Amino acid sequence: MLSPVILIPAVLNGLMTGAIYALVALGLTLIYGVLHIINFAHGALLSAAMFAAFFAHAQLGLDPYLAAVFLTPLFFLFGYGLQRFLIGPAAHGEDRNFLLVTLGLAIVIENALLYAFRADTRTINLPYAFSTIEVGSAFLAVPRVIAFVAVVAVTAVLWAIMQWTDTGKAIRAVAKEKLGAELSGIDVAHIYAVTFGLGTACVAVAACLLIPTYYVNPTAGDAFVLIAFTIVVLGGMGSITGALTGGLFVGLVESLSSVFLGQSLGQIGIFVMFIVVLLLRPNGLFGERA
Amino acid sequence: MKAYFAIFGTVALLSLVPFVTTSNVVLNFLVMTLLIALAGQGWNLLGGYGGQYSFGHAAFFGTGAYATAILQVRCDLNAWLGLVVGIAAGMLVGAAIGGMTFRSGLKGSYFSLVTLAFAEVLRIVASVAPITGAGVGTLIKLDLRPEAFQFQSRAPFYWIALAFVGLSLIVVRTIEESRFGAYLVAIRENEDAAQALGVNTFALKLAAMTISAAMTAAAGCFYAQYFLFIDAPIAYGSWISIDALLAPIVGGVGTLFGPLIGALVIKTLGEATKLLTGGAPGLDLVIYGVVLIAVVGLAPRGVAGWLRRAPQSERSRG
Repeated sequence: MLSPVILIPAVLNGLMTGAIYALVALGLTLIYGVLHIINFAHGALLSAAMFAAFFAHAQLGLDPYLAAVFLTPLFFLFGYGLQRFLIGPAAHGEDRNFLLVTLGLAIVIENALLYAFRADTRTINLPYAFSTIEVGSAFLAVPRVIAFVAVVAVTAVLWAIMQWTDTGKAIRAVAKEKLGAELSGIDVAHIYAVTFGLGTACVAVAACLLIPTYYVNPTAGDAFVLIAFTIVVLGGMGSITGALTGGLFVGLVESLSSVFLGQSLGQIGIFVMFIVVLLLRPNGLFGERA
Repeated sequence: MKAYFAIFGTVALLSLVPFVTTSNVVLNFLVMTLLIALAGQGWNLLGGYGGQYSFGHAAFFGTGAYATAILQVRCDLNAWLGLVVGIAAGMLVGAAIGGMTFRSGLKGSYFSLVTLAFAEVLRIVASVAPITGAGVGTLIKLDLRPEAFQFQSRAPFYWIALAFVGLSLIVVRTIEESRFGAYLVAIRENEDAAQALGVNTFALKLAAMTISAAMTAAAGCFYAQYFLFIDAPIAYGSWISIDALLAPIVGGVGTLFGPLIGALVIKTLGEATKLLTGGAPGLDLVIYGVVLIAVVGLAPRGVAGWLRRAPQSERSRG
């Protein structure tokens, strides 16, 4: 049972699944870190992005990795618009209302997808979906390796944007001190919308990386979002590096627990971990104690 | 006293419906509306008055439903006793979840998230555990006697559901007028300030959650008894968590009649869309979502707040 022949592939596969989780969590943590709201529509947006990637392939014959080039800016604009023209105005600046509006949005998106495409589960066939590369004793699926590399790259780019660009600095300023940022001439409503857009763009990238090896249906995104919530809580709300490490960690735990406990219990493991972490360390494993 | 007259008046008026119509469609619709109003009143006590927004009231609804059903099927317990035990089981789950979350100081979005996670854990457990009938669900044996809480016609069910709603209105009205209610509102408005003034916020939130769970669990017990069937997606599914919060928010969050008005509005809306769209899956929920956003955006205090909107409330929002 503990032979390295089983263990090493499980570890590597876990890390690769974890990378996707990390990307979904990255969008969530970014929005939380700046707007201080939990975006309940994140999962629905992921499902929508997966449908977009699916139809880009099915109707236009676009490779998902190529589709990412178009879908990422498109979803950035979509997220920007949602926050600027719908969520922001409807919430009247109250946390409770943000929760309810994003919950409402999730219900609308998910059920609009259900209405348009029914509950059928769809997959796409790509010539390279089953090709593998050999690493030591482990065979790794090519799309998952690509996803892993892409996630690390996206995280690096996002980190660089936050660190060095004017917009990134403005985002960090708003996250730290909203009133002060507003007084020094930063357009807070715009920065909120940009942040929401970036979070939504992360989801679009994640969708394009997922679709070669995963299925899509109107609630496909939900599974990822509860995991993403766990990661965000684990890594500390608002922390980019925390999201990446937390994501890899959760992927690892899930993969190893399904080796030792079997598939169906792995699902509960994540919720239990989520509840335990929230109850014991609500500021995350890496965050400071309140 | 005026509020109690309003409660008795409303209940008395509604109790006349079965004399006007015996249509099963109408009574079915009204029974479901009353169930949502009851579950929503539970949510309203904790969320509306106490400011703790639960996204997982399905945990209480499902526990009540399963406890009633399982005790009857596996232990041959009388259905009325099952109802009592079901409510108690819901309260126990409420106290347990409340105890854990409030003890660790979870507030706002964290509280919403963790309640959602608890409901999901229960749903997954219920869908695999043998005692709940796993994926097949639990079927309550047909036994059409009043002693078994089963009736030939819909009318008795309707009156009992109405009695529950009336009772929940009286309970919430009594709390509203009491010191307990005032403390709850204080916690909603500013928890730190309430605590600094010596309010035991933990005990109060826990009490509110337990009473809230009792009402929602009662709705669950009643649901199981009405349909004589329960499975994991019905009992612990997100539909009831959403309906339970949507009703008070649409009707008027933190108001006595909010959940009842809201339940009537969303159920009417749901039925109307079903008729218009021919039961296309998802479309009724799309409209639910739009209504939720619209209410939060345009009438944050719901139908009740909108009805008696004073002109100065517009100005103060600024």
